[in-house]
Amino acid sequence: MCLKKAKEAVNVIMDKLILYLEYPFVRYALIVGVLIALCSSLLGVTLVLKRFSYIGDGLSHVAFGAMAVASVLRFTDKMILILPVTVISAVLLLKSGQDAKIKGDAAIAMISVGALAFGYLLMNIFSTSSNLTGDVCSTLFGSTSILTLTREEVAVCAALSVVVVLIFVFFYNKIFAVTFDEDFSKAIGTRANVYNLMIAVVIAVIIVLAMNLVGSLLISALVIFPALSAMRLFNNFKAVTIFSAVLSVVCATTGIVVAILAGTPVGSTIVAVDVVAFFLCYAVGMITGGASK
Amino acid sequence: MAYITVKNLSLGYESQVIVRDLNFSVSKGDYLCIVGENGSGKSTLIKTLLHLKEPLGGEIVSGDGLKKNEIGYLPQQTVVQRDFPASVREIVLSGCQGRCGIRPFYNKEEKRLAYKNMERMGIAGLCNCSYRNLSGGQKQRVLLARALCATGKVVLLDEPVAGLDPLVTAQMYDLIAELNKEGISIIMISHDIDAALKYADHILYMGEKVFFGTKEEFLKSELGSVFEKSKRGGECYHG
Repeated sequence: MCLKKAKEAVNVIMDKLILYLEYPFVRYALIVGVLIALCSSLLGVTLVLKRFSYIGDGLSHVAFGAMAVASVLRFTDKMILILPVTVISAVLLLKSGQDAKIKGDAAIAMISVGALAFGYLLMNIFSTSSNLTGDVCSTLFGSTSILTLTREEVAVCAALSVVVVLIFVFFYNKIFAVTFDEDFSKAIGTRANVYNLMIAVVIAVIIVLAMNLVGSLLISALVIFPALSAMRLFNNFKAVTIFSAVLSVVCATTGIVVAILAGTPVGSTIVAVDVVAFFLCYAVGMITGGASK
Repeated sequence: MAYITVKNLSLGYESQVIVRDLNFSVSKGDYLCIVGENGSGKSTLIKTLLHLKEPLGGEIVSGDGLKKNEIGYLPQQTVVQRDFPASVREIVLSGCQGRCGIRPFYNKEEKRLAYKNMERMGIAGLCNCSYRNLSGGQKQRVLLARALCATGKVVLLDEPVAGLDPLVTAQMYDLIAELNKEGISIIMISHDIDAALKYADHILYMGEKVFFGTKEEFLKSELGSVFEKSKRGGECYHG
């Protein structure tokens, strides 16, 4: 009896899912979600290990500020402003980590809240929208715009993701060397500054892309959770990187599917799944001895 | 010609000069120990020798076939490395990075070199172990193997025995002496002036006064005799 009911429930869910998957916007959302999750987790490992976990957060607030400015200026294509501003901030922040007057974490905190405040202020003063709170809320926590993506936007996102993955694979060994020991790498002639710059630019691009998916407040989660989960279980860089990519993709897919079926907000659902996955990995790591073997 | 010749080097931060007119050289097979008080410019000197920092004045000349980026460096351990998920093999291999240039992946020869150096340091059995779970002495061996992948000529060791217990410290010193016997020049930064006098053949003392010369010359010099006296007086001398 019980089994029958469960079977029926599964059937209903499957039917619903299949129905939804027939809509292109759902397929687009899944594609974009998976790609963004993949890219962000790849660089997440490096950022967490370099003690730059918070940079995603800082940059996403900058992107929010830039978006507010772009809205006020009535740009049709807001990317023209958001992308360069975020990239420049990323470069400045990662550079400041080395030998700046204001230390890395303080610089990130400063830029991040500053941009957030100005962004909201601008939107408030110059807003033409009737639903300001709704606009702000959807920028911060991810909008339904992931469900209104056009074919072109998906293509752009896919192209950028391919570029990010290729860069990562091609420079994998160099990224490892620079992350593990910057001074040593420089001493043996690796151009660490160039790779740092590259990491900064790529992370900025990912964040701008991810803003559509999870909103600017939740981007950090996509960057750090998969990496932290993988570090609970694995002991070498390669395994950590691969597992965090796989986990991130699985979590994003699950999150989007749940969000569609349950009608919950996409961004926070994905992040919630990531959090659950982290605690699962943590528990498994404790039981099996995972990373401390 | 010496591997490294330092001529009239001035070190410091921005406009503040810490050390002026530093002159010394390191030739094949030398074992140079750099001792000195905290803040005497030792770390700045390392960074300058490794070309991580521009000197304020003077120059560093590489010779005897030593390329600019051919100094194997054993840095002090950083916070980042403490819980870094990397296997011993991955870290030692990264020492070959300088040989790769723009090539993205390591070739067979580099992998062989990494394995050879792991064997040399007695850590081949730990090859798949995680760096973060190793003991202090094992970690140093890993980093030394990595440094040897980068060079066959000169290694620069920044306080290689910091934080190690006496037994492991002695083993580390023996290992370094062994490398020196194989013909690799050693530049070691140390606080341990006893060990410096035991193993090194040249001493560079940095402080208010700067001294460079052989161990024998150092012991005869004013600084050396101060050290000898303080040792006889039973005081602990921290170089």
